[in-house]
Amino acid sequence: MPSIREMRLRIRSIKNLAQVTKALETVSASKVRRAIQANEQTRPYAKKAWEVLVHLSRQPGRKSLHPLLADREEAKKDLVVLVTSDRGLAGAYNVNIVRHTLIAMREHDVPAVFVTVGRKGRDMLIRRRRPVIAEFSGLPVNPSFNVCAPIGKLVVDEYLKGNVDEVFIAYTEFISMLKQEPVIRRLLPLKPEENPTIQQIRSASISTRVFSYEPGAEELLDEIIPRFTALQIYQAILSAQASEHAARMVAMRNATDSAKELVGALQIEYNKARQASITNDILDITGGAEALAQAMAERE
Amino acid sequence: MPIHCEIISQDRIVFQDDVDIVVLPGEEGVMGILPNHAPLLTTLKYGIITVRKKGEEQYFTVAGGVAEVLPEEVVILADAAENVMEINLARAEEARRRAEELLSKIGDVDTDEYLAAQAALRRSTLRISAAQRYRSGQPRIGGG
Repeated sequence: MPSIREMRLRIRSIKNLAQVTKALETVSASKVRRAIQANEQTRPYAKKAWEVLVHLSRQPGRKSLHPLLADREEAKKDLVVLVTSDRGLAGAYNVNIVRHTLIAMREHDVPAVFVTVGRKGRDMLIRRRRPVIAEFSGLPVNPSFNVCAPIGKLVVDEYLKGNVDEVFIAYTEFISMLKQEPVIRRLLPLKPEENPTIQQIRSASISTRVFSYEPGAEELLDEIIPRFTALQIYQAILSAQASEHAARMVAMRNATDSAKELVGALQIEYNKARQASITNDILDITGGAEALAQAMAERE
Repeated sequence: MPIHCEIISQDRIVFQDDVDIVVLPGEEGVMGILPNHAPLLTTLKYGIITVRKKGEEQYFTVAGGVAEVLPEEVVILADAAENVMEINLARAEEARRRAEELLSKIGDVDTDEYLAAQAALRRSTLRISAAQRYRSGQPRIGGG
């Protein structure tokens, strides 16, 4: 049984912990909001870029228009961009996405190399001896597009050089504060018809028009596809950040709750111990007084 | 009849309104887009986009991108776009100074850092000259 002093110290330190986790929870809550907002703001560009892309890829007789649009006959090697967080304390956030990715890649049965975004994912992959060809960590909160653009350039280069035949991105999609889902999306070769938002696009009205191109359709695709790839990575990172902060918020709320519970239980135990020691002290005093009185009576 | 113009960068909508004319820095030369223009897709160079509405002009720097022109609208997908009035001149000059310093330090002209510094220099130079030229407020497109 710990001493009363030890218990008092323990209660105080748990109270401090609860305060810290509470603060982290509040910080994460505001970061989630900002990440969601940043993600919203990328939508108009993404939508428009899809429209242009679909339009260009539907031009007659342009099936093999661009190497970034064309399927390779056999995928010998894959590249996976794995988005995780730099910091822990986010519950199972990092473990979930890494496990999900590794299982999916095993089922896909093509050897893969990895590009990691975030320190946690890098460390986990290296511990499992997976080939990591590049890592981007220490991204700021709400990164600008320019921060993410080099990742896009890297994967497009690897793909065009023929080092890899498919490129995927694995990240945690933000669905709600309480629900985040690990997903894997194809980045390259780009398949405009695979995108779910494609149905919403007023492609019918666009494709009936005869466009002229400056300089040419190929050059336009050269410009737009790498940008679009980078944009998808950017969106994935923003969504992953929202998920990270939401996961951390929930983890911190749980930590605060259990700290409070623990403080309650310890407080009761402490009160009991304190009460017991006071009772003991009183017993001592009254016992002493009794003995003294008896001794006095005997002497008389 | 006005033409609808949208300037969108990856992280926000920079401009959105019905205007009378849009002037773009196209890959093969500057072009003025009036309503009922033939459908056109073009890449953009570093430069200035000018939009005019009822004689009032607004200027935007653009660091490359793609523009889609339709008879009733112009959509500009810009790599980075900014209203000239929003440019922070002091910061742009600071950025140019840094880029120049970096360029003079890097000896090898073929590295990514060199290209990045060069791009940064081009961006900041564009912003500075745009801010200096277009802040005065007189219209730059002929006529009224």
